[in-house]
Amino acid sequence: MAPILEVKNLFKNYGSTEVLKDINVSIDEGDFLVLVGPSGCGKSTLLNCIAGLEPITGGDLFIGGQNMTNVSPKDRDIAMVFQSYALYPTMTVAKNITFGMKVRGIDQATQDAKLNQVATQLQIEPLLHRKPGQLSGGQRQRVAMGRALVRDPKLFLFDEPLSNLDAKLRVEMRTEIKALHQRLGASMVYVTHDQIEAMTLATKIVVMKGGIIQQIGTPAEIYNRPANLFVADFMGSPAMNLIPARTRMNGKGMLVEIDRKDGDPIVLTDTRNKDLPENVILGVRPEDIADAALGRAGETQEADCVIDIVEPAGADTFAVMQLGGKHVTARLHAETSASAGQSQRLTFDLGKVSYFEPETGLRLN
Amino acid sequence: MTDLPYNPSRGQSQMTKMVLRIVLYVLLGLFALFYLMPLFVMLTTSLKSLDEIRTGDLVSLPREVTFDAWRTAWSTACTGIQCEGVRPYFLNSLLIAIPAVMISTLMGALNGYVVAQWRFKGANIFFALMLFGCFIPFQVVLLPMARMLGIMGVAGTIPGLIFVHVIYGLGFTTLFFRNYYVSIPSELTKAAKVDGAGFFRIFWSIFLPLSLPIIVVTVIWQFTQIWNDFLFGVSFSQAGTQPVTVALNNIVNSTTGVKEYNVDMAAAIIAALPTLFVYVVAGKYFIRGLTAGSVKG
Repeated sequence: MAPILEVKNLFKNYGSTEVLKDINVSIDEGDFLVLVGPSGCGKSTLLNCIAGLEPITGGDLFIGGQNMTNVSPKDRDIAMVFQSYALYPTMTVAKNITFGMKVRGIDQATQDAKLNQVATQLQIEPLLHRKPGQLSGGQRQRVAMGRALVRDPKLFLFDEPLSNLDAKLRVEMRTEIKALHQRLGASMVYVTHDQIEAMTLATKIVVMKGGIIQQIGTPAEIYNRPANLFVADFMGSPAMNLIPARTRMNGKGMLVEIDRKDGDPIVLTDTRNKDLPENVILGVRPEDIADAALGRAGETQEADCVIDIVEPAGADTFAVMQLGGKHVTARLHAETSASAGQSQRLTFDLGKVSYFEPETGLRLN
Repeated sequence: MTDLPYNPSRGQSQMTKMVLRIVLYVLLGLFALFYLMPLFVMLTTSLKSLDEIRTGDLVSLPREVTFDAWRTAWSTACTGIQCEGVRPYFLNSLLIAIPAVMISTLMGALNGYVVAQWRFKGANIFFALMLFGCFIPFQVVLLPMARMLGIMGVAGTIPGLIFVHVIYGLGFTTLFFRNYYVSIPSELTKAAKVDGAGFFRIFWSIFLPLSLPIIVVTVIWQFTQIWNDFLFGVSFSQAGTQPVTVALNNIVNSTTGVKEYNVDMAAAIIAALPTLFVYVVAGKYFIRGLTAGSVKG
């Protein structure tokens, strides 16, 4: 089956500024694609290009197998939810939801039926006769979703739909969007700058920076095998530790040497990787550095480190230390005995480490 | 450490406040009186008979109220050779002002909508030129406009005057609507586009319903400008198509013999009534509309 959305060699310029460079993405029916990146990376522009709200400078765009490159937004069979919700302020909620159908000349009976169906689904029946100005942020968000749902399009587009909500509501709506996606099996493209939203919602993530795609993959691929230093640093909270290290081979495998602030370097043995350049950046997730005393399954090696700062966060305790001249965060058990200024025996799990070339930032293993 | 505000002499400051308040009101009252004085003289004079004006005091109230001057001004005062009062000219002014206000407001709304929400190449230059149009003095366009009207075959007619006022008003109306629409998030237009609405549908269903405050501002502004205009009225009209401002001038300046101040005053008030009416009816929207840009919908 043809992919539901296919972007081929897409370029977008504003005057002489290149905003998007050679974008290639495709998703299958039922996929939840998240475009994530820091502000100004071009993710919203790409979404607007997919919607047809911004003309593209070069390349092709297919929706449902049809070339939509020069088709106007209304004929692309898409629905979009905006960051500011963009509800029509003078219309009631019901009119907001049915406006698209009214414009398309759909008969009143169908309009009413669909409106009722969507209102029930989103539990907004009591709001139908109110104006957007009389709704709370979360309610507006629901109405905006309703306006998209009622269209039953091939493709849903979301432009940072949760970023105007407060933290608690954001998490609730996130779960709701995920549930909605599972229930409808619809294809969605979702823009966010929040990497946790990206990880939790996506079946496929596109990480962007400076108008260039850095990596495309499932959340697990992006998290465990980041393609470069940018992705490694951007995805995950706290961020992946990126520690300058030296490698050399010996009989048992590859030795990885990390400078400690005081004393000898830590030397770890990696049996899975070999023959890397001498100078590398070692990428270790905070959860792969743990308390030695509390034990841990897997292939681990122990070392003593002086802890600088201890940050209890409830479920976990984060310990910050200095390794290889960088701050390194470890995600320790909540009941750890670590305390600031004291040396602590930690285990390093090299099973999922990443190595990056320091100059180019590209992944080596 | 206390959280009380620093306030060393509370009693004294309240006293000062009250005195300042009284001074303020007295001053405001004086200004109001000063501005209302001419209107008062006009009103009283228009209600006096000629004899009383000749013998009486300028600011005194009429001894005997008579509406004769109003009747004369409305239907029999002479504007040159015709003696039909201001009535036909009043009608002319309505025939000019109402369509001109409606057309220029609607076109300004469309222009503003395009410049603010449908950015095209050169939109900024277009808007700057439009704005520049606001600052061109009337006198500069008189001759070219006369030629234009001649070519179009509407010289000296009411449609010709409507045309002139629409053109001259477009700069202002575009400016008003553009500044109003620029504060409306462009996502609204985008959402409507995705919903399937086109250029006019979005304007009609989404932007116009939002525009009441700015429409009121524009209508008041345009109506006042067009109704009070004298220069275009006197330059581009002929006998039978003159607006009320021109007729008023003729009544006042072409009387022979005794100067009928009461008739002049009555005619002037009649000529000013419509703009007064518009302000009274729509005034509160005027203030609201001028500050509407800062308020979210």
